[in-house]
Amino acid sequence: MISALFSMMHHEIQLTRRQAFAWLTPLLFFVMVVCLFPLTVGPDDALLHKMAPGIIWVAALLAIIISLSNLFRQDAEEGYLDLLLLSPYPLTLLVLCKITSHWILYCFPLIFITPLLGLSLHLPAHEIGILMLTLLLGTPVLILLGAIGAALLVGIRGHGLLLPVLIMPLYIPVLIFGTNAAVAASLHQSINSQFAILGALLLLNLGFAPLFTGIALRMGVNQ
Amino acid sequence: MLFWFNQKFLSPKAFYATSVLLLPWLVGAFTVCFSYGLIAGLFIAPADYQQGDGFRIMYVHVPSALTAMMIYFVMAFSGILTLVFRLKIAAICMTCSARIGAWFTFLALVTGSIWGKPMWGTWWIWDARLTSVLILFFLYLGFIALQSVIVNPETRDRAGALIAIVGVINLPIIHYSVIWWNTLHQGPSITRFAAPAIAPEMLYPLLAMIAAFFLFYGVILILRMQNQILLREIKKT
Repeated sequence: MISALFSMMHHEIQLTRRQAFAWLTPLLFFVMVVCLFPLTVGPDDALLHKMAPGIIWVAALLAIIISLSNLFRQDAEEGYLDLLLLSPYPLTLLVLCKITSHWILYCFPLIFITPLLGLSLHLPAHEIGILMLTLLLGTPVLILLGAIGAALLVGIRGHGLLLPVLIMPLYIPVLIFGTNAAVAASLHQSINSQFAILGALLLLNLGFAPLFTGIALRMGVNQ
Repeated sequence: MLFWFNQKFLSPKAFYATSVLLLPWLVGAFTVCFSYGLIAGLFIAPADYQQGDGFRIMYVHVPSALTAMMIYFVMAFSGILTLVFRLKIAAICMTCSARIGAWFTFLALVTGSIWGKPMWGTWWIWDARLTSVLILFFLYLGFIALQSVIVNPETRDRAGALIAIVGVINLPIIHYSVIWWNTLHQGPSITRFAAPAIAPEMLYPLLAMIAAFFLFYGVILILRMQNQILLREIKKT
């Protein structure tokens, strides 16, 4: 079973990697949104430094929401989703595989480009490191929660902005603790509590989100 | 056993018959609580020593905020019943509660804002409780938006149930994270009214108003559910 799950992840990653702009678009979007802030609030060093964690987190959130609309749509159109639902392996694990490969494909690039953006917003090196760690812990939570919404909307045509409206309120805790860890790091305070809570959120969502996503996928197919 | 119970009391038809009998009692209890709460709250309760008569908006604000929160829990509970036991009546209750809950949340936000203007000197403050009520409002709107785009009634019920359950799991996390965010950013501020012991003359009308708002929710819910049951029967035939 483990080999089946791994081959599925391999398949997912290969499939998206071959069409470069599928995974590049959210990355480009992320970079562009961050670039808009210095242009709109002014190139003031201190202000940008203060806003940088918030800017990067909000931009990452928006990029992830954009990428989530690809999570199940193509699979549903091609009939691959029906095969997944019929497969003998537990749906929860298959969903977890899809979510993991989605995270690797779409969130890793965001995390790797963050140092560059952090430098452009005048963040010192250790704060960039902390920010990357919060993104590393926080972005899977965003994908896990978003997968539930994406699965619910999979059979619905032209839902457009409904997905963000549905899941953004659920993203607030991750955003609060993610940005706050970076702010606390800039004040040289302890950041253990923020990381502990981000980790707890990740574990909680690892537990229940794939299950709910599976339930939602079955609903969408029955429609 | 469960099936029998379902047929006897919880089928839409049986519920309709029971609710017709229940409705006048609820309306009566609501009228009593509401008139006592309103008269005692607006005229008999003494003015607050700090806020003068301005505090009397509390008799609308606090009950609507409480009702708004309670309705979300009712929705999530009905959602569990919908998803696990496929109870039709629970799904109807959930769908009908959403709009009422959204309106109560809106009312809580508006009255809070009106209360805030003379007391804090501003219409809006990023206070922990205000912010969590605002997020609750967004959760309600998301639920309504989701249900409005799904055509198939059964999928609509089940999808709504799922999102209500996910929302109720996240609600405490959101609430406490907002409190944590607020204490970090603001420190102790004037937003907390020091009211350790509220005078009984002020408290009893408040309790009556809370009961009245809950009963009002019950009345509106039953009316809406009756409509919904009839609507679904029409579509079936």
